[in-house]
Amino acid sequence: MRFVDEYRDPAAARALVRRIATLSNGKRFAFMEVCGGHTHTIYRHGIEHLLPDGVELVHGPGCPVCVIPMGRIDDAIAVAEQPGVLFTTFGDMMRVPGSSGSLLDAKARGADVRFVYSPLDALRLAVDNPGREVVFFAVGFETTAPSTAVTLRRAKAEGVSNFSVFCNHVTIVPPIKAILDSPDLRLDGFLGPGHVSTVIGQRPYRFVAEQYGKPLVTAGFEPLDILQAVEMLLVQCAAGRADVENQYTRCVVEEGNPRALAIMAEVFALRPHFEWRGLGFISQSALRLADAYADFDAERRFAVPGVRVADPKACQCGEVLKGVIKPWQCKVFGTACTPETPIGTCMVSSEGACAAYYNFGRLHREAALSVGARA
Amino acid sequence: MCLGIPGQVVELVDANNQLAKVEVAGVRRNINIGLLDDVAIEPGDWVLIHVGFAMAVIDEAEAARALEGLQLMGQAYRDEVALVRESRIA
Ligand code: SF4
Repeated sequence: MRFVDEYRDPAAARALVRRIATLSNGKRFAFMEVCGGHTHTIYRHGIEHLLPDGVELVHGPGCPVCVIPMGRIDDAIAVAEQPGVLFTTFGDMMRVPGSSGSLLDAKARGADVRFVYSPLDALRLAVDNPGREVVFFAVGFETTAPSTAVTLRRAKAEGVSNFSVFCNHVTIVPPIKAILDSPDLRLDGFLGPGHVSTVIGQRPYRFVAEQYGKPLVTAGFEPLDILQAVEMLLVQCAAGRADVENQYTRCVVEEGNPRALAIMAEVFALRPHFEWRGLGFISQSALRLADAYADFDAERRFAVPGVRVADPKACQCGEVLKGVIKPWQCKVFGTACTPETPIGTCMVSSEGACAAYYNFGRLHREAALSVGARA
Repeated sequence: MCLGIPGQVVELVDANNQLAKVEVAGVRRNINIGLLDDVAIEPGDWVLIHVGFAMAVIDEAEAARALEGLQLMGQAYRDEVALVRESRIA
């Protein structure tokens, strides 16, 4: 167990690894970690090499940067390049390739594109630059959407008329359902996302257990959290149970954050459908601004092309996001596609499976191969 | 971008806009605590911060744990901290 020594509590990690080995008892299990933060932890700490041969972790679609389709990047660039626009974005979105370059390329061509830490920083820029149209590129699951909602409420209350949001918020449950309905994949359970669940709580996952008969355990982001969640999943499997359980009780409560949910319900409306990179159109899987906030909707304020653009031929992000292939099985991984020159989205964000594997996972894999451990 | 960074509340600065000053990643910055409206947040409390908003109240041990995990992320965490330092929420 050569990777365990760097854990906060190596003895606890060893005990969990032994329990996992006993519980899995040589049988095969595939568990999907939905959240990109988990994918990062798994590769960063070589967790897949600690698990018995039969227990596989499959990476899921829970990286909001990774699932944005190319057409939306093109739309963002089209808005950013309109005269007078000051376009604001989280750092990760800057390098995501569209069909003719990224926002970073648009910036090099002269568009005013700036990083912000928070949507409230974007609002501040609007207040400070009344002569400019400040647009915020909103991405993220339910973790991030409430922040955009609070910002919009404040913009409305203060009448900041030069502020708008290009809304690309997505919701976590529809892609989980799409994956459960997909014939490509046989999964035995899920590691539920941590931060998203602080907002939505545990109830929205019940269908996974009740309708699909699969267990789900919401997990924290430490290596020990992941190991413990895998153990909890195996305990359920061994007992023939399928329940929704919570390993991350330090931050997640059953009912989530009702206040955040109420603010989201006021500011956003469900889109009838939304395109996900690699997963195609998923109904009711994304948010737009509610009609009461139409004045702040960049899609209504600016001419957005809204053209659907196919992913580049070489890109296999869709298969990675569905867990059908591992990052290193993509033909361009590490050659044409690297974090410096990403072809697909999964190589951009640190939560993307390809970037996490490129930066950390492959080193563990090489080390594991060299000591004859499981690769 | 989905990181949750622990910060310690220093003072409540703007009740109307629900802003609090926190010590986060070695600097003092304003964040919004309005999503935790049902909890009485006080100076000294630890919160998990995501894109300038407190998303959960945590204890000191959890804050230390979360920070340790973030520091192990390397560049991704350093990039996030650089953005936190530039944040000017008011
Ligand atoms: S290596 Fe690049 S193109 Fe291939 S799946 Fe990963 S991000 Fe997409």
